[in-house]
Amino acid sequence: MSELTQLTAADTAAKIAAGEITAVEVAQAHLDRIAAVDDRTHAFLKVDAEGALSAARAVDDARAGGKPLGPLAGVPLALKDVVVTEGLETTCGSKILAGWIPPYDATITKRMLDAGIVILGKTNMDEFAMGSSTENSAYGPSHNPWDLDRVPGGSSGGSSAAVAAYEAPLAIGTDTGGSIRQPAAVTGLVGAKPTYGGVSRYGLIAFSSSLDQAGPIARTVLDAALLHEVIGGHDPADSTSIDAPVPPVVLAAMAGAAGDLSALTIAVVGELGGDGYQPGVTAAFADAVARLESSGAKVVEVSCPHFGYALPAYYLIAPSECSSNLARFDAVRYGLRVGDDGAHSLEEVMSLTRQAGFGAEVKRRIILGTYALSSGYYDAYYGQAQRVRTLITRDFAAAFETCDVLISPTTPTVAFPIGERIDNPMSMYAADLCTLPASLAGLPAISVPCGLSEGLPVGLQVMAPALADDRTYQVAAALEASYGRPLIDEVPSL
Amino acid sequence: MAITRDEVAYLARLARLSVSDEELDVFARQLDVIVGAVARVAEVAADDIPPTTHAVPLTNVLRHDLVTPSLPRDKVLAAAPAAEDGRFRVPRILEDEA
Amino acid sequence: MTTTMSTPATPSYDDVVARYEPVIGLETHVELGTASKMFCGCSTTFGAEPNTQVCPVCLGLPGALPVANEISIESTVRIGLALNCSISPWCRFARKNYFYPDMPKNFQISQYDEPLCTDGWLDVDVDGEVVRVGIERVHLEEDTGKSLHVGGATGRIHGATHSLVDYNRAGIPLVEIVTKPVEGIGARAPEVAKAYVTELREILRTLGVSDVRMEQGSLRCDVNTSLRPIGTATLGTRSETKNVNSLRSVERAVRSEILRQAALLDVGERIVQETRHFQEDTGRSRSGRSKEEATDYRYFPEPDLVPLAPSAAWIEELRGALPELPSQRRHRLATELGASDHDMAAMSNAGVVDLVAATVAAGAPAAEARNWWLGYLSQQANAADVEPADLAIAPEQVARIIALVADGTLSSGLARQVVDGVVETGQDPDRVIEGRGLRTVNDTGALTAAVDEAIAAHPDIAEKVRGGKVAAAGVLVGAVMKATRGQADAQTVRSLILSQLDAEEWTWRT
Repeated sequence: MSELTQLTAADTAAKIAAGEITAVEVAQAHLDRIAAVDDRTHAFLKVDAEGALSAARAVDDARAGGKPLGPLAGVPLALKDVVVTEGLETTCGSKILAGWIPPYDATITKRMLDAGIVILGKTNMDEFAMGSSTENSAYGPSHNPWDLDRVPGGSSGGSSAAVAAYEAPLAIGTDTGGSIRQPAAVTGLVGAKPTYGGVSRYGLIAFSSSLDQAGPIARTVLDAALLHEVIGGHDPADSTSIDAPVPPVVLAAMAGAAGDLSALTIAVVGELGGDGYQPGVTAAFADAVARLESSGAKVVEVSCPHFGYALPAYYLIAPSECSSNLARFDAVRYGLRVGDDGAHSLEEVMSLTRQAGFGAEVKRRIILGTYALSSGYYDAYYGQAQRVRTLITRDFAAAFETCDVLISPTTPTVAFPIGERIDNPMSMYAADLCTLPASLAGLPAISVPCGLSEGLPVGLQVMAPALADDRTYQVAAALEASYGRPLIDEVPSL
Repeated sequence: MAITRDEVAYLARLARLSVSDEELDVFARQLDVIVGAVARVAEVAADDIPPTTHAVPLTNVLRHDLVTPSLPRDKVLAAAPAAEDGRFRVPRILEDEA
Repeated sequence: MTTTMSTPATPSYDDVVARYEPVIGLETHVELGTASKMFCGCSTTFGAEPNTQVCPVCLGLPGALPVANEISIESTVRIGLALNCSISPWCRFARKNYFYPDMPKNFQISQYDEPLCTDGWLDVDVDGEVVRVGIERVHLEEDTGKSLHVGGATGRIHGATHSLVDYNRAGIPLVEIVTKPVEGIGARAPEVAKAYVTELREILRTLGVSDVRMEQGSLRCDVNTSLRPIGTATLGTRSETKNVNSLRSVERAVRSEILRQAALLDVGERIVQETRHFQEDTGRSRSGRSKEEATDYRYFPEPDLVPLAPSAAWIEELRGALPELPSQRRHRLATELGASDHDMAAMSNAGVVDLVAATVAAGAPAAEARNWWLGYLSQQANAADVEPADLAIAPEQVARIIALVADGTLSSGLARQVVDGVVETGQDPDRVIEGRGLRTVNDTGALTAAVDEAIAAHPDIAEKVRGGKVAAAGVLVGAVMKATRGQADAQTVRSLILSQLDAEEWTWRT
């Protein structure tokens, strides 16, 4: 494995800017690495070697021309296939979009290209971001580099697998109920879900509009922060985008790395632990709490009584919104068309296409959402779930009266074996238990590695008030620093 | 709260999914469990709790009435499963407009 | 379902409304005249090549998001204010979910239980009597694309082999104005419906929010009609007639639906709650999809758009800036023009209210201005098959001609010739008079010479007049008028002739 693939994003950019290495060399090293290992990880759905090399060349040319480079110029990135890329096939992990070449770029795609980030390709994911393992991808699952028989988490599992396998130093994931944090946790990476509205959703193929957020996946907290600042900030094309400066996450990551948390009160959420959590996870989490205390933080425990209702509320809200968002896949304007043989009517062609183009989990959620929104059930299900959302938000607000951030394990278990939960939707849904409350409340949350359990990574989640994303980075960076070197260094070399 | 096989079949039609009989059996069984689990939301929130539909407290996000360029038609129709005379071609439509 | 049951004998309209009370409701869709669409920057220009005014947002491409057009919100609030509605201080858009190929997302962004404007009214004038139509709600939504049905006999959906979809219209802001049920109007239901749409169209035009062209579909009307036996209170089952695309059709649609339903009720059939489609050619409607098998729209708040919260100050600002509305204007003009209700109705029907007002403003007396515009000018417009406002003569020019008649420069016959000249040449009245020599001849010397000539030319007739046969003077008058090319005043000529011949006008003596 080339040394170039082992650098952090921050170091890579610095060396390119200093002329020590070229962006083309870096891109080529990563393309070589993908060629060497992706048949085992299946992190990528599509590799765009030509696009990557030409973007890298542009960065090298800009440098040669004396133009100033951004802090991540020339750094390769793996982009989750839920993000629209002009001219580059975007499938969202679904057969229904196979072969779709978007005529436009997502806002974050544009921002990354403008920043000189080199997009290597599109990563695998659970179909339409519905899942916690990538097993719901229409193109087969990705594999966890720590143990190829295990899932890399989901739905951004291709992105986490790519970064953990050194196929890319950075990746974009999207998080609706935990789809950045959970895969980051089970692959030993840092993954951040920004405050809802902090990163533009324009060009993100919608799963659940009121919850979806894109965010960074990286091997270090600083790398995640650097990417967060590139993609974050107000976008007039997204009505729910917050018109405020991006929280100073890079500065916070640097400050946190100094290891002093004495000004902070950190609260452990009582409801997110105990029964149902693997002992190894609980132990690693307890050790991390001790480390945070050693860094000077005051650690307390809080109760958030309604967090237990996050899972039922989430599995009403997200399916409801997805049943509407996915109605547009109808065989008329783009994507798959099945049964257009002159005998079938349009209505039949639509139904046959959706039946053939969507996988089981997507269909299950569409039906569940259709049910939850139908007249007679709306108040009992969708309406009630939105009230629970209010209660969870109030729990957070009450907790933040007594502390600066909340922490919990990111997931109740380490990465589970491929195939273990695929036939039991409820057990799959339980993987998101800890990440759902922050999603429902729209709050920033980060997952940072906190040790291993039986050789597999465990993640710690830090949650903060809206727009206080910087606090999550500060705490994560301090914890990261306490281990001396990134836990990802222990990943098998494949 | 239970969900029946017939209900699942009706919902699938409403959602334009021509689900097979075997799938219907599986979905009905799974959805019955899921609906039973998510129905727990009824346990807590009272009517006096306002629903949260948007996580950010924004209002009046509007754009100026300015014309911006449209997509070139070639690009628009290139993605279409079928096109004719500059339009999207679809099989015969059975139902009148709603 | 295109067939109706065996049609019973159609009773007469008078007979029907003597036994049943019609209740109507109107849903009017207005395409706003914004430059760009409701949620994206695509142009709204009518008549562009298909699918050239589309983008990721209005095509519903994966990932695209809507951002609401501020002018569409403002226009909707202004319409609500003009219709005496309450403006909601906080409301949301909602998704209306159903599959249809001309709807790119297979949901329509609309408003559901939180419309922007509610509970207003509009007074309409039906033959001089005011009927108050309650307004249930005014809300904002996006328009759909358009389908072309190919392979069938008539371009209709039935029998077509396939359809072609154009999304240029998809996403144009559409305001829906829904009335409350209009009751107690009896036989006048068709006229009330027409008067309501007419008045609404005038208001929308005055507000400048839409070009309100029914033939281009920027104003579309759905008419709900139900009947109940006179003396009963519960509303009958209603039908909804769509595709009503002219003012005349609004009236025809209500009338034909009243007759259709009565014929069914008379033989004990029940009315099916359904959507019907009005056919302009036959003046009848055909059945569409029955609402009983209607889909469940699964409305829920649109998560991609944040709530609207029009401030009280902004609403008051818009209210203060509303233009003078048609009814206020008519009231003011009636006073200014000293016109009776009957006069106002006549001017309104002829489409000359503004023209009369402008003519008066240019100095003409109100009665003269009214007579000219309702009389000769309306006739000329009619003959040319144009609206009076489109005649090539300006109110100022009409006022000038009226002034020239008043000071005796023109006779009324000459004045008509001047009008014709202005319309033909586009010149001002004075140029026309100059160019065509249309001035009244007042020079008695010149006239006397012409009279003498006429007498000399017709000695036999002159003799008869001298002999007391005064009626014979008409021939001499005609000769003089001919000689002066109509520029003399006939009465003056007659007096001159009689005095030259020492004859006296015969009068009845008691």
